[in-house]
Amino acid sequence: MKDGEIGIYIHIPFCMKKCLYCDFPSYAGVKWQMAPYLKALLKEMKAARDEIADYNIGSIYIGGGTPTFFKTPYISSIMETCTSLFNIDGAAEVTIEANPGTLNKERLKVLREMGINRLSIGVQAWQTGLLRTLGRIHDSNQVISDIDWAREVGFENISVDLMFGLPNQTFDQWAETLDNVCNLDVEHVSAYSLKVEEGTPLYTMVANGTLELVDEDTERNMYHHGISFLKSKGYIQYEISNFAKEGYRSRHNLRYWKNGEYIGFGCGAHSYLRGMRRYNYPQIEKYIDTIEKRGHAIADSEYVGKDIERFETVMMGLRLMEGVNKREFLERFGNSLDFYYGDVILKLKTDGLLREDDTSICLTMRGMDIQNTVLLAFLDYME
Amino acid sequence: MPSSRQEKIRNFCIIAHIDHGKSTLADRLLEETGVMTKRDMEEQVLDSMDLERERGITIKAKAAKLVYEHDGEEYILNLIDTPGHVDFSYEVSRSLAACEGAILVVDASQGIQAQTLANVYLALEHDLEIIPVINKIDLPGAQPDVVKKEIEDVIGLDAEDAPLISAKNGIGIDAVLDSIIDHIPPPEGDEEAPLKALIFDSFYDSYRGVICHIRVMEGTVKPGDMILMMATGKEFEVTDVGVFMPELHPVEELKAGDVGFVAASIKNVRDARVGDTITNMEKPTKEALPGYRQAVPMVFCGIYPADGSEYDDLRDALEKLQINDASLIFEAETSAALGFGFRCGFLGLLHMEIVQERLEREYDLDIVTTAPSVIYKVMKTDGEVVDVSNPVDMPPVVDIEYIEEPVVRAQIITPSDYVGAVMELCQERRGTYTHMEYIDEIRVMLVYDLPLNEIIYDFFDALKSRTRGFASLDYDLKGYQESDLVKLDILLNGEMVDALSTIVHKDKAYARGRAVAEKLKEVIPRQQFEIPIQAAIGNKIIARETVKALRKDVLAKCYGGDISRKRKLLEKQKEGKKRMRQIGSVEVPQEAFMAVLKIN
Repeated sequence: MKDGEIGIYIHIPFCMKKCLYCDFPSYAGVKWQMAPYLKALLKEMKAARDEIADYNIGSIYIGGGTPTFFKTPYISSIMETCTSLFNIDGAAEVTIEANPGTLNKERLKVLREMGINRLSIGVQAWQTGLLRTLGRIHDSNQVISDIDWAREVGFENISVDLMFGLPNQTFDQWAETLDNVCNLDVEHVSAYSLKVEEGTPLYTMVANGTLELVDEDTERNMYHHGISFLKSKGYIQYEISNFAKEGYRSRHNLRYWKNGEYIGFGCGAHSYLRGMRRYNYPQIEKYIDTIEKRGHAIADSEYVGKDIERFETVMMGLRLMEGVNKREFLERFGNSLDFYYGDVILKLKTDGLLREDDTSICLTMRGMDIQNTVLLAFLDYME
Repeated sequence: MPSSRQEKIRNFCIIAHIDHGKSTLADRLLEETGVMTKRDMEEQVLDSMDLERERGITIKAKAAKLVYEHDGEEYILNLIDTPGHVDFSYEVSRSLAACEGAILVVDASQGIQAQTLANVYLALEHDLEIIPVINKIDLPGAQPDVVKKEIEDVIGLDAEDAPLISAKNGIGIDAVLDSIIDHIPPPEGDEEAPLKALIFDSFYDSYRGVICHIRVMEGTVKPGDMILMMATGKEFEVTDVGVFMPELHPVEELKAGDVGFVAASIKNVRDARVGDTITNMEKPTKEALPGYRQAVPMVFCGIYPADGSEYDDLRDALEKLQINDASLIFEAETSAALGFGFRCGFLGLLHMEIVQERLEREYDLDIVTTAPSVIYKVMKTDGEVVDVSNPVDMPPVVDIEYIEEPVVRAQIITPSDYVGAVMELCQERRGTYTHMEYIDEIRVMLVYDLPLNEIIYDFFDALKSRTRGFASLDYDLKGYQESDLVKLDILLNGEMVDALSTIVHKDKAYARGRAVAEKLKEVIPRQQFEIPIQAAIGNKIIARETVKALRKDVLAKCYGGDISRKRKLLEKQKEGKKRMRQIGSVEVPQEAFMAVLKIN
């Protein structure tokens, strides 16, 4: 893209304990790998210096795993390396994912002082029972004190991650979670519908009947309740699963949804730069070894053709409430949305799944519930 | 009187209930006579199809020539392997006709079963000398004395000297071989008479054309002879004759009493039908051997490619199977729901399943099959009689005077504890009780007349599950009888799905209609709109279910910039959709067509 701004994602694959639903590259019980991992990470960043020398960095996102389980001085050196190597925008959004149970006031203070200005806290649910079902290590009292400390040390942009549709979760428990979270008065809420990923312990438990998922109707009721409740508390839904107070939309994630460019460092991290998507080896050891040998740890890369780029722009854009902007699309691809997708847009409008006005196309509420059906219609149209 | 050459020949087969160890015994006989050494033997050599080995059944008859020394003399023992299943009873009868004797294998713990009896009766019909052999004597549950008594009481054979063996562990194999020579009579037949040879099996070999398995009854056959197939009237020049070692081994000639093969550049097994008589064109025999009949398919179903573009591949595969399977028939048909496919006819359910599995395994095809059907005879009001094997071809109700359906006589052998359960099952399946006999103190043979269409779904499974696997079944076609039958249609979103129509008895139509609708509700995924499922007889709706509209179909997670993953998940979902059948506005998964077969 021509604006010359990208985001940086940095992956920290360490956790105190791996959650039962998690299928990201994250590992527990390998603390001894932290130091070599940091070394490899810094080496990878240095090697990328020239590649992104022409870009401004609009956001940095340190995700995991549990970045706040990583040693604080290590995070410090990551931040210092970023600042010394890359052109970080003065107003850049710098987020770190933080899990209750790995935080204290001192640590938060140091994080804030090194330039991190946004916290994304993994709260997930309010009830201790549900948290244990998920394999989480914290309880909601810790959430309350963590946020108090964060405010005290100067964090003014705090996001909370929640999940609904959890095994054995009732509608009332979800309502209670939302209620309590809103009382924390954070700036941003992400509310994800639990997806049971193959290969996770949770998948096995659901498959063998140890745990029962909530039925589809209840799950949707939870979702719709979330939207209206958060709205009543001043959180504007701007993406399928994301809600923010005015001015607090996540700049880093918006870039993904607008199909913009980013570079990722660390094991399993993805990048999208100059039309190429690539990702690193997800295993810590393999990542470290490959960095040592080759200076990078790219496991695979693909060139994204124009037709796929168009589809991905629609796929990601339709997650946003503002939808896919017609003018931006025209500028990016040289032809209008109608030119490529006129018929399918018309059909989806007739089916009540899509809305169109002069500036954009976006999903209706029904369209959001069954977004894949909509996207498959676009995908069919690609050929 | 046998010639001195014939005195040294024995032609025999092995008969047994499934799993009683027929194929294992055959392997041991081959091993013992040195045809195969243990090292280069794959278990169950004669069952060469994967499917046969897996299911432990013999589908195609095969043969092997064994050489065995007995009292200082060398004997030739021709073993003819027979299919063990009721679907292939005609093939069994032809194999038996090629022998003078049979080894009857009975499991030492299970005793006589329905198939054992059916095969024994067939063997007796062919005047075969039967040698009982009690197998698996080394297993914990073995009761050889009880089984001996059973053989004497039920079949009336002297089992006093029956060899006690373990085919698996090679115990008692010599005794079986000696007993064959001592008790089975040598073949007879004039070697100078005009050629008269029975085809008891045939298979297609891509180099030599059809290989006919024959038993020479009279005369001689050798390469260069012009031969005539007496039933089909086809003429050929013999290119090769030989014996089975068990691989094909050419010899100079085959004479009366011999078992072997004839190859004559025959292109299709249809020209060398099982049961036909081969004679010499220049010096023909007057009369063909008795017993020939053309195999008649009894069960029909539609077979469709899951992916419409594989239609030609499916046709090629069926043609290839047909080259080797004279009883498989098929013709092109079109279904509104399933597109282009084939209406196929089979000898029975097992035959149908075998063909389906071979299409999937050997030809790597993804197929959809419709519910099996039998041939109904429909008497129309205008006096015309039509055979209907596809529910879609059923004339409108107003044009039908009455309908007749095929009925079989079924023999079920069960432990007496389960007599009640079996009778209940037979009643449910519209059976008519004929009679019941005690085989011994604990086992009973029940004889029922059952409509064939009640057997073709899952009768055998139901029988097994209600008797904990103890009951066995055998049946043969008895004839046709008038019956109150209706065509049950299924409508999705108001549109009739031809591939889901079935013909059922009127009393069962409601229950089945409801069950099918419920099953379809389970297997049809929720879609953008609500989908009504209806079962109907004519214009009358007898059951209704609804698949509610899809409420959720969305990837919630962000996946940390892994956007290709998101796209790939969608592409996977799209592949899944492609595998569904579009019926009107409804997407129906392939399993839906299969799932309705399992209902009863």
